[in-house]
Amino acid sequence: MTDTTLPDAPVLTQESRSLWATAMLRLRRNRAAMASLVVLIVMLFAGIFGPLVAPHSYAEVYPEFVKVPPSLTPYPQAEAIEPAAQSALRRARLEIGEISISGGQVSIEVASSREIDPRVSRYIDRSDVFSNAETTVADDGLSGVITADVQQLYFLMGTDGNGRDLFSRILISLRISLLIGFLATAVALTIGVLYGATAGFIGGRVDNVMMRIVDILYSLPFIFFVILLVVFFGRNVVLMFIAVGAVEWLDMARITRGQTLSLRRREFVHAAEAMGVSRKAIIRRHIIPNTLGTVVIYMTLLIPKVILLESFLSFLGLGVQEPLTSLGVLIAEGADNMRNAPFMLFWPALTMTALLFALNFLGDGLRDALDPKDR
Amino acid sequence: MAAYAIRRLLGAIPTLFIIVTIAFFMMRVAPGGPFDQERTLEATVMANLNATFGLDKPLWQQYFMYLGNLFQGDMGPSFIYRDLRVHQILGEGLPVSMALGAWALVVALVFGTLLGTIAALRQNSTTDFAVIAVATFGITVPNFVVAPVLSLVFAVILSWLPAQGWGDWNQMILPVIALALPQMAVVARLIRGSMIEALRSDHVRTARAYGLPNRIVVVKHALRAAILPVVSYLGPAAAALLTGSIVVEQVFNLPGIGRFFVQGALNRDYTLVMGTVVIVAVFVVVFNLIVDLLYAALDPRVRYD
Repeated sequence: MTDTTLPDAPVLTQESRSLWATAMLRLRRNRAAMASLVVLIVMLFAGIFGPLVAPHSYAEVYPEFVKVPPSLTPYPQAEAIEPAAQSALRRARLEIGEISISGGQVSIEVASSREIDPRVSRYIDRSDVFSNAETTVADDGLSGVITADVQQLYFLMGTDGNGRDLFSRILISLRISLLIGFLATAVALTIGVLYGATAGFIGGRVDNVMMRIVDILYSLPFIFFVILLVVFFGRNVVLMFIAVGAVEWLDMARITRGQTLSLRRREFVHAAEAMGVSRKAIIRRHIIPNTLGTVVIYMTLLIPKVILLESFLSFLGLGVQEPLTSLGVLIAEGADNMRNAPFMLFWPALTMTALLFALNFLGDGLRDALDPKDR
Repeated sequence: MAAYAIRRLLGAIPTLFIIVTIAFFMMRVAPGGPFDQERTLEATVMANLNATFGLDKPLWQQYFMYLGNLFQGDMGPSFIYRDLRVHQILGEGLPVSMALGAWALVVALVFGTLLGTIAALRQNSTTDFAVIAVATFGITVPNFVVAPVLSLVFAVILSWLPAQGWGDWNQMILPVIALALPQMAVVARLIRGSMIEALRSDHVRTARAYGLPNRIVVVKHALRAAILPVVSYLGPAAAALLTGSIVVEQVFNLPGIGRFFVQGALNRDYTLVMGTVVIVAVFVVVFNLIVDLLYAALDPRVRYD
């Protein structure tokens, strides 16, 4: 017999990483997830601060610019200024000469057989397009130049059927969608985790009955019930949070219950029990932190589901009401107007797609990062 | 298995009963009635209307009346379409929705299986990545984005297919694709995963060792095992198709029950909305039962007793 020397136990030189630190490391290596994270943060900021800094309010109507296509140059565009000036001056009984435009300023040469009253510039001011009009009358009083500032409006994504800036509306709809996403998820999370943890911890007959109820609820066509709820109790945003949250808690309850059940039988929980740790403390110190990882994963996957459900309701006209808006409403409006204004469908659809992709990729990335199976 | 089927069927009755009850009482505690209009009706007119629709009776009596009528297949009068009863309206819409849903399911299953199998057979090739990309796209992008975009591209820009209506075969293509796409994506992903596993399993290796042609190994031996997760996904798929068809019917202007449901919801036509919920609930319960039985038939390891 030979003596086999046991290899020396590896010396732990580096500090042991916590579960979350490891997860973050893995997540950082996942390029799709990190890109999604960046996209999400941008969207989050756009949703929170965008409406505050946007040049147009989401509800402001520009009747003269209905369904104008997206453009990087300001509205009114150069070729539209001349007719606007002409129509504004039509009642002034002046002969209109050359109209020149340069950098937000327009100057109109006018002439008349009678003496020109400098107050004719008021005609120009009355138009929405011009402001600060001033008349300089030549010495003979029969000709002059009217100068005025031209309104410069940027509609980067065009305007909608009522002449509202689409970009501002997308910003506010991002805010609404994200808000509903987070709040409804919080509702679902609270109900689901409490329900599941209770069932799992008490166990036995109570657990059986509670989970049987979940099974029955699973087989119901829930979206139809949400619509019933919205129809019967009117459409308001708070109700939507609750309705959507109340529908989506089932998965969470099942997951938490399963986790709790398996955790209860683990040695460290037994050890804690043997040492006389109170039930409350066990739940707080051992059960909840250990279910947290799974719950976080399902939360990131739940948010897109919730946003989708809200947009679905809004798409049907059962969700958020005017003048507020959400991505679902914008897509529905775009679908109605796609023949003459396809950009009204394109931008909201693109935003929605990007948002959902980002949330799903991040959720998948988190799941890979936190999955206890390959740890 | 017959005993199991019967027991499940009996078990479904209380579920349906609960659905009807919840829906009924939700409708009655809701503020506002179907006859509340901008101009208030005269008291006598209102009383007459209420008497016609039985709304003047005590609540419990109304409830049992509704239940009794429901058992006879009568879902009460529509509050908005005054001359029609709800089951007549839904009877018109049901065939449309059923055809749409059935075709979408077939398309999703056939193409999903095909794509998933191809991807699994050429794992990590360009084809595989293409299928994964399409599947991810299909799962992420919702119906209400896909349907208008399809309509925009194929009906408006290219004008290859009609943008709306129902009846002709070519009017079915776009709605069916829009409805099937997300489900097809899920099926493809499921099949790909289970197929990769099945191809590595012992019984497939044995079949190969016997020298069976590749086609037979894949179709008869591997696919048979790989299809099980799809069967258990059929239940959620049916539910997703139901909600999806609401959107698709709306976008393509199809006279199905989904559109009646939305119209009813927007007009506060209580009986119509409730009727739809009951129909859909019955459908979901029955479909889930069929799926469970199918699963037992396909997988001999599953035993019900």
